[in-house]
Amino acid sequence: MFSNFDFDVIARSLSYLFYDGMTFTLTLTVLATIGGIVFGTLLALMRLSAFAPISLAAAGYVNLMRSVPLVLMIFWFYFLVPYIGQWITGAPRPIEVGAFVSSLVTFTLFEAAYFCEIMRAGIQSIPRGQIAAAQALGMTYPQTMGYIVLPQAFRNMVPVLLTQTIVLFQDTSLVYVLSITDFLGAASKVAQRDGRLVEMYLFAALVYFVISLAASRGVRRLQARTAIIR
Amino acid sequence: MNYNWNWGIFFQISPDGVHTYLQTLLLGTGWTLATAIAAWCIALAMGSLVGVVRTTPFPWLVRLGDAYVELFRNIPLLVQMFLWYFVLPELVPVEIGDWLKQLPDASFYTAVVALGFYTSARVAEQVRAGILSLARGQGLAALALGLTLPQAYVYVLLPMAYRIILPPLTSEFLNIIKNSAVALTIGLMELTARARAMQEFSFQVFEAFTAATVIYIVINIAVTFGMRFIERRAAVPGFIGSAPQAVTH
Repeated sequence: MFSNFDFDVIARSLSYLFYDGMTFTLTLTVLATIGGIVFGTLLALMRLSAFAPISLAAAGYVNLMRSVPLVLMIFWFYFLVPYIGQWITGAPRPIEVGAFVSSLVTFTLFEAAYFCEIMRAGIQSIPRGQIAAAQALGMTYPQTMGYIVLPQAFRNMVPVLLTQTIVLFQDTSLVYVLSITDFLGAASKVAQRDGRLVEMYLFAALVYFVISLAASRGVRRLQARTAIIR
Repeated sequence: MNYNWNWGIFFQISPDGVHTYLQTLLLGTGWTLATAIAAWCIALAMGSLVGVVRTTPFPWLVRLGDAYVELFRNIPLLVQMFLWYFVLPELVPVEIGDWLKQLPDASFYTAVVALGFYTSARVAEQVRAGILSLARGQGLAALALGLTLPQAYVYVLLPMAYRIILPPLTSEFLNIIKNSAVALTIGLMELTARARAMQEFSFQVFEAFTAATVIYIVINIAVTFGMRFIERRAAVPGFIGSAPQAVTH
């Protein structure tokens, strides 16, 4: 079965795979996670707002993002981002954005919907008495959220947020549909150039597997260490 | 925004010469649903089996089940699709490999298998959680009454567990519909692929993607409402409902 296996093709392309491909994948994962958590937390606060138009708008956004496939959203934003850029900058023509910016915007806006649901659960896990106590001390809404609720909610949700980040890391492979050279894209290009699909795809699967498994093990240990004893 | 909207595009004949663009999108919807439903059968069968195995008192079976779940959860769905589509036919004996490659609708079968096994790991987690959420006494009582272990699962534990995990299974089913879009990478002409093709041929980007988005939302709402009805009928009296979980897509 592995008799005509060409391990050399992997060795030859290692620097391309990791320096070009994995760098893109990891940069996209990290930046989209940060952006997604920031925007997602904002959405969660909006969803929990007592002012109906704001909470409805946020709920609509989250439900829209959660009912369509990520692949479709990648296509949407690939064509939409130039127009959004034109609208923001007031340029006469749709501005050209690179593959990286386009996919970063996509993943940030898409994953924010999922991070929103996590942060909402986190905020709702905080006892109501804490908000009442903060208000009794004379804190404003931003102070209550910024100093009391969000730090605790965030801490409670760190394991879930990190698990979602692992999902995001795996999802970034879907930028393949835009022919971007992420890790899988790089592996696929080498595979097609050298006619070595079996070796390259098995290697790609192995790398994703090892990274995701190690990360999820790490999350599990972190969870055990940071859990608040009640 | 200087973009030429043309909503009439849906009623123009697509390049296949027979169907209008609207009809091609609906054909794609059919493939999306067929793929999702067929894959769901695999996911439910394998997921139940692995989920049950992970709660049995045999350590080696539990470890095997754990390994299964880790394997299918830690490789991106797109990579798994490629493994089934490009790699598997090369690793099996030549005759079987050639037969696989010449199969009509190969991308459909591959998508069903890939999606089915990918989702089965997630279903297994839910089934396991459902069984573990039952009071330990239930299984013990079943055994004490003289039921064998398989009987205890079939008559006592699983009927309860399925009713408890119905809500998370609903979201897994919604996920499988959305995830079927990944199959466009191996050439399955499902809904997203049709929208993409329509965009390429007609240059009406936003109309094509809007239509696909609307169809996905309609499917989503229909499934959610249908399942909510079943969930209400199947809810175990006295339970608040199952806990929320991390979401995947």
